[in-house]
Amino acid sequence: MSGFMTSSIGKKVVMSISGLFLICFLLVHLTLNLFLIFDDSGDLFNMGAHFMATNPAIKIMEPVLALGFIVHMIWAAVLTLQNMKARPISYKVSRQSGNCSWASRNMFILGGTVLIFLVLHIFNFYWKIKVSGSPLLAEVSVGGVEMENTYNLVSTLFKSSIVYSLLYMVGAIFLGLHLTHGFWSAFQSIGFSNDLWRKRLTVVAYFFAIVIGAGFSIIPLYFMIKF
Amino acid sequence: MADKILKELTLRVWRQKDAKSKGHFETYKVHNISQGSSFLEMLDILNEQLISENKEPVYFDHDCREGICGMCSLFINGRAHGPDKEVTTCQLHMRKFHEGETITIEPWRTGAFPVIKDLTVDRDAYEKIQQAGGYVSVNTGGVPDGNAIPIGTDDAEEAMDAAACIGCGACAATCKNGSAMLFVAAKVSQFAKLPQGKVEASRRAKAMVAKMDELGFGNCTNTGACEAECPKSISIQHIARMNREYLCAKLKD
Amino acid sequence: MTVLDSKIPEGPLAEKWSKHKATIKVVSPANKRKLDIIVVGTGLAGGSAAASLAEMGYNVKAFCYQDSGRRAHSIAAQGGINAAKNYQNDNDSIYRLFYDTIKGGDYRAREANVYRLAEVSGDIIDQCVAQGVPFAREYGGTLANRSFGGVLVSRTFYARGQTGQQLLLGAYSAMNRQIAKGTIKLYDRHEMLDIVKIDGKARGIIARDLVSGEVKRFGAHAVVIATGGYGNVFFLSTNAMGCNGGAAWQAYKNGAHFANPCFVQIHPTCIPVHGDQQSKLTLMSESLRNDGRVWVPKKKEDAVKLQKGEIGPNDIKDEDRDFYLERRYPSYGNLVPRDVASRAAKERCDAGFGVNNTGKAVFLDFKYAIDRLGEDTIRNRYGNLFQMYEKITDVNPYNEPMQIYPAIHYSMGGTWVDYNLMTSVPGLYAIGEANFSDHGANRLGASALMQGLADGYFVLPYTIGDYLANEIQVPRIDTNAKEFVAAEKSVSDRLHRLYDVKGDLSVDHFHKELGKIMWEYVGMARNEEGLKIAIKEIKALRKEFYKHVRIPGDFDAMNAELEKAGRVADFLELGELMAHDALDRNESCGGHYREESVTEEGEAKRDDDKFLYVSAWEYKGEDQDPELCKEELKYENIKLTQRSYK
Repeated sequence: MSGFMTSSIGKKVVMSISGLFLICFLLVHLTLNLFLIFDDSGDLFNMGAHFMATNPAIKIMEPVLALGFIVHMIWAAVLTLQNMKARPISYKVSRQSGNCSWASRNMFILGGTVLIFLVLHIFNFYWKIKVSGSPLLAEVSVGGVEMENTYNLVSTLFKSSIVYSLLYMVGAIFLGLHLTHGFWSAFQSIGFSNDLWRKRLTVVAYFFAIVIGAGFSIIPLYFMIKF
Repeated sequence: MADKILKELTLRVWRQKDAKSKGHFETYKVHNISQGSSFLEMLDILNEQLISENKEPVYFDHDCREGICGMCSLFINGRAHGPDKEVTTCQLHMRKFHEGETITIEPWRTGAFPVIKDLTVDRDAYEKIQQAGGYVSVNTGGVPDGNAIPIGTDDAEEAMDAAACIGCGACAATCKNGSAMLFVAAKVSQFAKLPQGKVEASRRAKAMVAKMDELGFGNCTNTGACEAECPKSISIQHIARMNREYLCAKLKD
Repeated sequence: MTVLDSKIPEGPLAEKWSKHKATIKVVSPANKRKLDIIVVGTGLAGGSAAASLAEMGYNVKAFCYQDSGRRAHSIAAQGGINAAKNYQNDNDSIYRLFYDTIKGGDYRAREANVYRLAEVSGDIIDQCVAQGVPFAREYGGTLANRSFGGVLVSRTFYARGQTGQQLLLGAYSAMNRQIAKGTIKLYDRHEMLDIVKIDGKARGIIARDLVSGEVKRFGAHAVVIATGGYGNVFFLSTNAMGCNGGAAWQAYKNGAHFANPCFVQIHPTCIPVHGDQQSKLTLMSESLRNDGRVWVPKKKEDAVKLQKGEIGPNDIKDEDRDFYLERRYPSYGNLVPRDVASRAAKERCDAGFGVNNTGKAVFLDFKYAIDRLGEDTIRNRYGNLFQMYEKITDVNPYNEPMQIYPAIHYSMGGTWVDYNLMTSVPGLYAIGEANFSDHGANRLGASALMQGLADGYFVLPYTIGDYLANEIQVPRIDTNAKEFVAAEKSVSDRLHRLYDVKGDLSVDHFHKELGKIMWEYVGMARNEEGLKIAIKEIKALRKEFYKHVRIPGDFDAMNAELEKAGRVADFLELGELMAHDALDRNESCGGHYREESVTEEGEAKRDDDKFLYVSAWEYKGEDQDPELCKEELKYENIKLTQRSYK
């Protein structure tokens, strides 16, 4: 395997594997988040959040997830820098719209936007839950188990700030766009694609991107409209 | 079916004296261009005009002018080989342009393809990649009968799809990352599909990818622009196959 | 007059080559390493020769004017490559391929060479398969074949419509392998401009680096020219823009004989000239004539209206169409050989029945085939060709007939070589289209690829050893020798002579003028009066050229106009030699048609009593008439007959 990680294909495989890992995470995360809108009492979501916070397997996965994010970002940065160097003089006129999708050309920018959203997200929720705490998190009892009222923290934010809600929706849409290319591309990079599978994978990619984009958007939207 | 005549066109052409000099755009006007002419015939007319003014003509690579040698290599109005699909520059015709249009003509822009003069670039990097392993190691003579190696039609056809590459460089020129993956994949994939090439497939994939990386091409991000601009429509499924070949080869190391 | 010894081995035809191989000398591996060979040109012949020689252990220096060995014009060959494999069990054999080639060449090729070509044809297919050439396959995995004109068996191997490309990429990949090993040094963007002889033997070349403009010396123990044909002497041809007769011409000026220069092939189905801005012509595969019907209007007034664009072809009723090939040649109809079809088209257009704005086109109509077989069948057979036609002309051939016109396509003539492929200069070899070869006066379809690869893979690598075995004592050639200095100076002088004219007309202007003269008088139909005019006009044009040519740009730098000027200067001499040869050969054979030598029905008439020889011309100095040497052709195995397609 010598030199694999520094070869162009190796780097893409790293992007692909870390990306696929993050895609799995997104699915789990979305499933959990959708609990927010299926039970206005908040018990369902709180139970989910409590499970995630206390389950040992999830605890192990947490740093792995962080690593996944970091690797995906660092490799993306390295690739982008190298790719910029590969064309020292750029074209005066370039019309790439005719030959590839906007998302595929702007993955780094889309990823960057998602990153900003991610930081905001961590600050708003993760940081408060894990580190600083918040009065909104005052413990509640669900089914006899004492746990932090995570539902309160999340729903309050969306109910109180239209700006935040909109920001979250924009973030979700960018994430979805990122996935329209990223999902299919991850399979292509590890060689799991051909002309037939490419069509299938692109369909799945768009479906998945819509599910993720709409799924994450629907939550702030739900709170904005309902409350 | 006499062709329509374009009375006037404005050309913005990259001029560069030699590899070391700095280049710049020059603007020229050409008149009375038949729409039945090819793009290069239009440039011939510009050059005749320049010669008659005792100026140096514009240099561009071209040879067969029937879309197969891969020599012509112009970036026209922001697109490799111009605004038509599945054509090389020499097969692009002036009916794709309209009266009074301004056409910007640039050389391939990729670090690995330095400009030699005007619109001519040095594609030696592609040669070096081929030399790194783009062959079956067999000497002349002493080979088995052609029919001794049966190959299914589907495999032969797919190998042929990949082998249709003309090595023009449009893939790397058009790729936003300046990646040569489609070119390299076409060769790796052609041989990977054939029993003759299977024997040294791992060695080939590793050697050709290593050489490509060494020469300063960018990394593929699967945008698919290469495939869209490839005059021979070579599919990026060949890139997937190369990724697979490379990954498997490296796993065995 | 020099006596030309073709060195054809004695013995029965079928044993000549194997006996010859067994008796010629061989160079030991240790000695091969000490020997250098220059190969000029990297097409099928040059590429395969360079690779094979390097594999054997020689040091090879390969040259091409393009930026890569893969771009040589062999790449444009579409149809296929013949080989006597008899895979189809249709009773094909080496003898049958040999016979077809001799007959197709109108009995002006050498028996022994052609037999050898047929003999090694099968090995070529094996070699290419081993290299990974993706030939078309049957469902069972065996190699597929298609049929071509002029033969009764199915022996053509193909890779879609890109057989030339795939075979060239095979040879190119073999070269690449040797380049990586260091046994071949490739000089791309280099053009050979002279041959250097020391003590009468070819010992190197002078080449110009087309990027730096530097004129350089290269030494070797033997020089091989594989630089293709000279069809561009006509300006418009199906050859690539850069194809030229330069290397062959320098060989001629250095004492190599030039054989049968007037034998050029005119292909009947090319896309017509669209106007004055045209730079080259595109071939449409001959196979189209299987289902297309060739016609022009019967009435002159319809033709005039078509020329003015007032009516379209579909406005002309069936009864007003003149299917002239079917009318003149009822038994072969639209499938007459290339030379016959070409002349018939020219005859109609000259009579004023041409169908496009220039009056130089005839229709190739698929309407009747579509009515009979359906559009889908036609699409399956010719889809890619129809698409290519539409890209170029913007006319959809499913709805409207194609327009076609003959164009210069291939040179059967070339540098004279003996059985060993050596020219009259010791140590100088010519292979592929560059030699006068195996095609006589007319080449059969799918035989050019076969000949190029036969020479490069299987003939030259053996025969060159016979010469080099005597050269093993010769040390590496010193390029500081006085002969090299003189040759380099003469090349520089020649280029300066062109560059320093500083005239007022472009190189292309002269090239186009030359093309017009050639096409008019040395084209499809030739006669004594016209040929004499041609010689006079070419001489005059040459004088004008050296007075008025203008080459802008720097002398010591990349300069495409200077490159072109050098090539046109050669063409201006070569064109004259072609006219001399055509004038001498007062018979019609193959691609050469003399209006004085026709049957009562106006068909070509060969004259075996007077012209059963190869015309090998010897250079006698600038502005001197060349001298004709004759190599008698002996047919020991084949009986000569007159071709008829009525």
